Amino acid sequence: MKIKQLSIFLENRKGRMRKALDVLEKGQVSIRALSLADTSDFGILRLIVPEPEGTKKLLEDHDFIVKTGKVVAVRMEDEPGSLGKILGILDENDINLSYLYAFVAKEDMAIVLLHPENIEEGIGALERGGADLISAQEIYEL
Amino acid sequence: MIWNEEAECMDQKKREELQLKRLQTVVKRAYENVPHYKNRLDQVGVKPDDIKTLKDIEKLPFTSKEDLRESYPFGMFAVPPREIVEIHTSSGTTGKPVVSGYTRKDLDTWSEVMARGLTMFGADPDDIIQNTHGYGLFTGGFGVHYGAQKVGCTVIPISTGQTKRQIEIMEDFNSSIVIVTPSYGLYLAEVAVEEGLDTEKLKLKAIGFGAEMWTEGMRRELQNRFHAPAYNIYGLTEIMGPGIALECQEQDGLHVMEDHFYPEIIDPETLENVEEGETGELVLTNLTREGMPIIRFRTKDLTALRRGKCSCGRSLIKMDRITGRTDDMLKVRGVAVFPSQVEKALLKIDGIEPHYQIIVTRPQHLDEMEVRVETSPELFSDEVKELVGAKKRIENYIHDEIGLRVKVTLVEPKTIPRSEGKAVRVFDKRKFDN
Repeated sequence: MKIKQLSIFLENRKGRMRKALDVLEKGQVSIRALSLADTSDFGILRLIVPEPEGTKKLLEDHDFIVKTGKVVAVRMEDEPGSLGKILGILDENDINLSYLYAFVAKEDMAIVLLHPENIEEGIGALERGGADLISAQEIYEL
Repeated sequence: MIWNEEAECMDQKKREELQLKRLQTVVKRAYENVPHYKNRLDQVGVKPDDIKTLKDIEKLPFTSKEDLRESYPFGMFAVPPREIVEIHTSSGTTGKPVVSGYTRKDLDTWSEVMARGLTMFGADPDDIIQNTHGYGLFTGGFGVHYGAQKVGCTVIPISTGQTKRQIEIMEDFNSSIVIVTPSYGLYLAEVAVEEGLDTEKLKLKAIGFGAEMWTEGMRRELQNRFHAPAYNIYGLTEIMGPGIALECQEQDGLHVMEDHFYPEIIDPETLENVEEGETGELVLTNLTREGMPIIRFRTKDLTALRRGKCSCGRSLIKMDRITGRTDDMLKVRGVAVFPSQVEKALLKIDGIEPHYQIIVTRPQHLDEMEVRVETSPELFSDEVKELVGAKKRIENYIHDEIGLRVKVTLVEPKTIPRSEGKAVRVFDKRKFDN
């Protein structure tokens, strides 16, 4: 249920993200999902890739700082209110969310990646609430 | 007007006789009362009696800032503690500061030299001096204060900060002379304009500025903004404080109060004295100080001495504007900062690589210091708030070490250039060249 995510430190400077993406291109890494958190000084690039460990090493070999973390992926209908329903489950269970990002995967289906402060509690609550949790493999195969 | 015509316009030959007599006395007193000097002189086999000419000063060992630190707190005092009536310290917040002790007579000397300088600026008893230098352990506030009182001016001891209040007082009290650091002066002028004050109406007579590196460009700015001539004040805590050398109306070099402070210029590499007019490191000797006579202090300030006839009538030797330092000390908002202090702070934090850069700028007339630090896996977190927290933590460590707020920027690993040998860590982007 937990999906490995790579977090990469980027300076908030022209061309930094491009440099990271160039490394991924050379390694023939196909990005499944991506988000970028930015502040005035720095950014954190978060990626879901099929081979997280290998990709981490590749980036580190190019002097990037990379951390592996875990997120939860939930499948939902691509219609108004779907995301709200999922957040409602977390809210009812008093679970804080650090961040999330979502994308439309294919027709009628969207996926949200969630990072609850406590991932185990988050998964428990989502399962009990009837959310459609999906595995890493399913994301990689999209 | 000249405050002390006899001393300031003295015939050079006569002055040299006076300097020699004072040097012999001060060396003897230091040798007999300060163990540090006895040891140093004994080590090089020089006795106070060996000082037969002024040139013989070159036989004496130098005194460094480290020597003064090692004698913390009162090891350099040449009188019993009860005769010390005031103490100041240098601004260094690392380790121990340098302590400076003054007897009653030393305070008189300090007042005298500052009175001479303020008179050079045109000060007289009718003037109201707004002293924005800090009062406290810093010598700036008190030094100016004593000189102004000696002249008989009215002193407004407002200290630094409270900028809007400064402007209000300037206007309401009709301040005629303002004492500032150049950067604070420019900031003050800017806020004055924002507050709708017409600086031309202030009718300022003069601005005295010191405690920071400056340029002719900055002087012009100060003068244009305040519509008054601006004069430089030089001094350092170890020797006394402000008042060691000041500019006259010529605005072309600072007259050194050489009957109290004996100046030499050395080559910082060979440590040999250089020819007059050549640039090198300024070395100062207290000729009259009782409480803490310092012999051949290496100031690390780069300048040149020039003897000649000044149109102001004074025969006191002139030194150039300080053009640099022989060490890597930076003055940021008037505070002395060494890159090694920043390094020391960084080493206290786990997961920080010892690669950093210091960038000093002056965006709005006030100094800003940025420290660029390479991020490491230990420091990096997936969460923004933790990364911001780590950045704040580093800023706090540096603040504790240097006493200044800096901006820390986390950069990617290996983006700070490694250099062989001496690393270039400091980028001072303030312009001091003209």
